[in-house]
Parts: sequence; C-alpha cells; structure tokens
Amino acid sequence: MEPEPSPGFREPAAPEYLLHLYITGATVNSTRAVRNIKDICEQYLKGRYELLIIDIFQQPELAQQEDLIGVPTLIKLRPGLVRRLVGDLSDRDRVLKALGLASPPDDPAGHE
Amino acid sequence: MPENSSSASATLPQLPKAPTGIEGLDEITEGGLPLGRPTLICGSAGCGKTLMGIEFLVRGITEFNEPGVLMAFEETAEELAANVASLGFDLKDLQARKLLRVDHVHVDRSEIEETGEYDLEGLFIRLGYAIDAVGAKRVVLDTIESLFSGFPNESVLRSEIRRLFRWLKDKGVTTIITAERGDGTLTRQGLEEYVSDCVILLDNRVIDQITTRRLRVVKYRGSTHGTNEYPYLITGEGISVLPVTSLRLEHEVSNNIVSSGVPALDEMFGRRGFYEGSSVLVTGTAGTAKTTLAAAFAEKICEENKRCLFFAFEESPQQLIRNMASVGIDLRGHVNEGRLRIEASRPTLNGLEQHLVTLHRLVKEFKPDAVVIDPITNLITVGNISEVRSMLTRLIDFLKVSGITAYFTALINGGVGRAEMTEEGVSSLVDTWISVRDLEGVGERNRGLSILKSRGMAHSNQVREFIVTEHGIELLDVVLGPTGIVTGAGRLTQQLQEHAQALASQQETERRDRELERRRRMLEANIANLRTEFESVEEELRQISTHEQSRNEALQSGKQRITAANPPAFNAPLSGETGK
Repeated sequence: MEPEPSPGFREPAAPEYLLHLYITGATVNSTRAVRNIKDICEQYLKGRYELLIIDIFQQPELAQQEDLIGVPTLIKLRPGLVRRLVGDLSDRDRVLKALGLASPPDDPAGHE
Repeated sequence: MPENSSSASATLPQLPKAPTGIEGLDEITEGGLPLGRPTLICGSAGCGKTLMGIEFLVRGITEFNEPGVLMAFEETAEELAANVASLGFDLKDLQARKLLRVDHVHVDRSEIEETGEYDLEGLFIRLGYAIDAVGAKRVVLDTIESLFSGFPNESVLRSEIRRLFRWLKDKGVTTIITAERGDGTLTRQGLEEYVSDCVILLDNRVIDQITTRRLRVVKYRGSTHGTNEYPYLITGEGISVLPVTSLRLEHEVSNNIVSSGVPALDEMFGRRGFYEGSSVLVTGTAGTAKTTLAAAFAEKICEENKRCLFFAFEESPQQLIRNMASVGIDLRGHVNEGRLRIEASRPTLNGLEQHLVTLHRLVKEFKPDAVVIDPITNLITVGNISEVRSMLTRLIDFLKVSGITAYFTALINGGVGRAEMTEEGVSSLVDTWISVRDLEGVGERNRGLSILKSRGMAHSNQVREFIVTEHGIELLDVVLGPTGIVTGAGRLTQQLQEHAQALASQQETERRDRELERRRRMLEANIANLRTEFESVEEELRQISTHEQSRNEALQSGKQRITAANPPAFNAPLSGETGK
C-alpha cells in the first residue's frame, strides 16, 4: 500500500532503517522490548537506522493515530513495506525476518 | 464483587441503571442497563447488534446527556455514520460537538507479527484517551472478538479482555460489547458472557418466510428482568422492542359510554353503548355485515367530532367508502374533514410486529379516540395463532392504556382453527363481544346479532335479526315463534299467522258479544212475559177478592136486615129481600 520511497529521493542523511517503537512506560514488556531492539539494531544495523521510542502513556493520542492495540509495538516504516511487530521482540528470528534481515548464520542481508 | 456488595448495601432498593432510551428495552430491563458495568449484546449476523449499540450511545447523548465512545473493530467511522444516517443519527455532528468519539480499530492478521510477550495496553490507552476526551459515560465496543482474528495468542487475549472489562467497570462507564453468536454458545469465544453483568441475546428467525427478530435478556446480575423473548423491530427511528407498553394490567378506566352507531344495538346494552376505552370484538361468518357494523361505529365516532383510525385489511379506502355509502354510511365527509383516517394494506405486506409498530406510529401521530381493525383474523395469514394472540394482546393493552376504544372484527368460519383463535385466543382479551351470524332457515339466510358478553354492564340476551338497509343497519323487533325466534320469511309467515289469529279471535269475541246480546234480549222478553202473566194472575186474584168482599158485604147486610126484621129491623132488609 505504502508507496516505496526510492532511495535517491531521501536526503543522504536519512538512514536506511526507520523504526518506531511504542511502549507503555516502564512495564516489563516495554523495557524488554527496548533492550531487544537496541541489541538487534546494534548488531545488524549499526549506523543505518533511526530508532524512535515513544511512550504512549505520555502521548496517548498517538495510540489511535497509529492504530495500536498490542503493546509494545515496533513499526518498521523503512525500508520496504510497513510492518508491525507486536510483542517484546524476544523472538529474534521473527523480528529479523520481519525486518528483512537475515538471521545470524544466513547470508542475504536484506533484499535491498 | 466487593464494590458490588458495598454499592448494593448503600443503595439497597435498586441497582443503579442507565436507561437506554431504546423503545421498550427499558421496560424489559426494568430501567435500563446496569450503570457503570459491561453488557453483552450477542446475536447472529443481521440482528442489529451494532445498531443497538449505536442507538444506546446516540440516545445517551441526546436524551440523557451522557457522551459516549464507540470503538468499532469492524467498520470504519465513515461506514458507521453512513449506515445509521437513515435512522436520523448524525454521528458526524455528534463527533464535531465533542459528545461522541468514534475510534476504528483496524485489526489485520497479515500486518501483525508476534515477536514475544505483549499486552493490549494500546487498546486501553486509546479507549481511556477517548473516554477522557469527551467525558464519556457510555462505551460501545463493537465486536471485540475481532481481536481474536488478529492476535493468535488466545490466552493473552482472554486475560486482557477480562482486564479490559474490569478496567471499564473501574472507570464507571456503562459499556455495551457486541459479539457474534457462537455455535451452541452465546458468543464464539465463550468469554464475554461471563465477564458481562447483563447479557442480551438477539435473534433473527424466519418462520413461514416471515422474519421476526426477537430479543431476550439472558442474564442480568443483581436485577430482575423480563425473561420472555420479545419481538423487536428496526424501524425508521431505531430499534423498537415490544411490548412497548404495559406488562401489567394497570390502566385508567373510563365511565363514559360510546355509542355503537346503531341505536337499536345500543338499546341492547344496559348502558346504551360501550365503555370508552374498552375493546369490542365483532365476530361472524362471511357476509354478516361485520364491516358495516364497524363502519357505522366509525361514522358515529366521527359524528361526535372525535377521531377514528380505521385499519382495513380487506378493502381499499375508496372501495370501503363507496360500499358504505351504499348503505347510508357516509365516510367520505369525515375523511375529508380529517376526523377519519383509513389505512388499508394487505396483512402480508408486513410481519405482525411491523403491523403493530405501524399501528403504534399512526396512533401516536393521529391521536384517535377509537381504532377499528377490520378484520383481525386476516393477520393470521402472517403469523401463527399464538403470535397473533400475543400481538393482539399487546395491541389491546396499548389501546387500553391510551384510553382508545378498540373495535375489532373477526371472521370465523366453520373451520376449527379460526373459531378457536377468536374464541379462545381473543375473546378473553376483549370487553364486549358481539356475534353476528347467519340464521339459515328454509330456503334463505338471515342475519342475527347477539351479545355474547359485555363486561361491566347488563345486556340483552336476545338474538336480534337485523337487516342492512339504505339507511344503515336496522334491528328488527323480536318475533317469537313456537320454537323460538323466527326470522326472514318465517318471521313474515309468523306475523301473518298472528294477524290471522288476532282477526279470528276478534271475530270470536264479536260473535260472543252478539250471542250475549241475544240471550239478554231473550231473557228480557221472558221477563216481560212473566210479568204480564203475573199481572193477569194478580188481576184475577184481585177480582176474586173483590167479589168475595161484595158477597161478604151482602151477607152482612142481609144478616142486619134479619136482625132488624125482628124488633129493630124495618127498612134495611127490605132491599135485600127484594134482590132475592
């Protein structure tokens, strides 16, 4: 549905990966999700990502705007199709697959 | 639970309730849905679950000043607004006035990847935010089970939904949750009905090609409620649950009398008519002038400057007016002047409930003093006996409560079914029951009318013959024959016979009079005879006595003369001597 932004259209500064993580304060799931996504990003996307962590306790209006139900939710806005990942991101294989990243031993690092 | 008991002890008399504003539902639930608690509305597709939820919100806003939140899992805000616009609910306007908030929750399995543990806090926050934004007192969650299709982890969902219900209770908002009906269970997930304090089941049933929607309150914690299945309708103004009116027999009664429109028929009632606000049933076989009687009643009502609503299930208004004009009942004038309204439709046009609602609507619009339904038996083509009966019960109740005189006609034919229907089904509901029937004699049929019952007043026990003339209905005087009442040609014969008899007896009397006169004259003649006889006898006797007297005198004078002839007798015996 989302028109895929062509890489040339982006500012050079714009990182390849744009991730939004919605959490609810300091709940167990939320803190675990923050830790997990940071791990993943550091491990696989070092320097190519922008991660925004949003606490919807602070900005409840975003919950409707972003159509959030389950929390924590990670929304991958770039690259490729928008994907929503619900949960504390502890299932690393699925997270990597959803982000278009290879699981550690495999070789194709994203299709792009 | 703890808050339950505390609130129950604080307000011991009654569980606080939130009126829905939905016609009839508040009567069944005795005041509305449990205030500040969740209520489940479940049913299969096309029952109007969403509509009931939206109406609850809209009426809450418009009638009870309670803002609401609608969380829709299946339809978008635009779709919902478009769907209910036909009922006159302007969701957009309410949203703009910050009285309503519609939040469409989009759940799509394909977009959601589960990557570990999570909860539904997002939903809570959205809902909480929406509630706070408009200060909502009412919340509708339209088909929360949609979540199950989006989130595969059922145990999380179940515990989260439980938590949601708890959370809504703590928030003190009155909530409606809708759910699709499951196979043999109230809901598909078998969850919502246990966490809700009130469960309303909607049902959509097709019997004999006619759909009836029914509603039942399955449970209501802490309150009594009507337990029956109640038919309901989705009308132009929203949902209408029947019985709209009394579940009890409580209504004001009037002591006023209304005329039946046939003077002679009025005479048959102890108080010259029907009680105002009572219900009258006229039963009869085909062609016994039931409609004419009904029209006469309607005309009379209108003549008294009252208003009458006439439901004709057999004839069109034009036809009815024309036909009644032929028997001297002028309905057209009353129709033109707006006192009479004729509503004609085929009974099969609508289901029974729709008829009832139409009737309710028209009665509310037109505010008649009397309602005529001609005939109620045609309704049986639409439903079975028990349904028609329950519909009529509610109808009669409704009219009674409104103080409207109801006049029904019912066709009975020889068949068992319908006779039963009227006799057992309806007669106990009506106050006055007039029976018209064919009195079939030798070679002809005549119409007879009798009053089977009339609550609260004396009535004639006679079967009266009546004829429909150019001037309306005329009841004929009762003619009693040797074997009861005689009618038609029999009546005429009887009258002739009586006439002849009267003539004969008159002649007999005259003859007797003459005989008496003759006798008297004869006696008088006899008396005169006797008197003359007596006179002659008397005459004779008198002569005899005169003779005797004169002889005695002569004798006496003779004796004197004899004595005088001795010494003193010289002149007197002389004459006597000479006589010898």
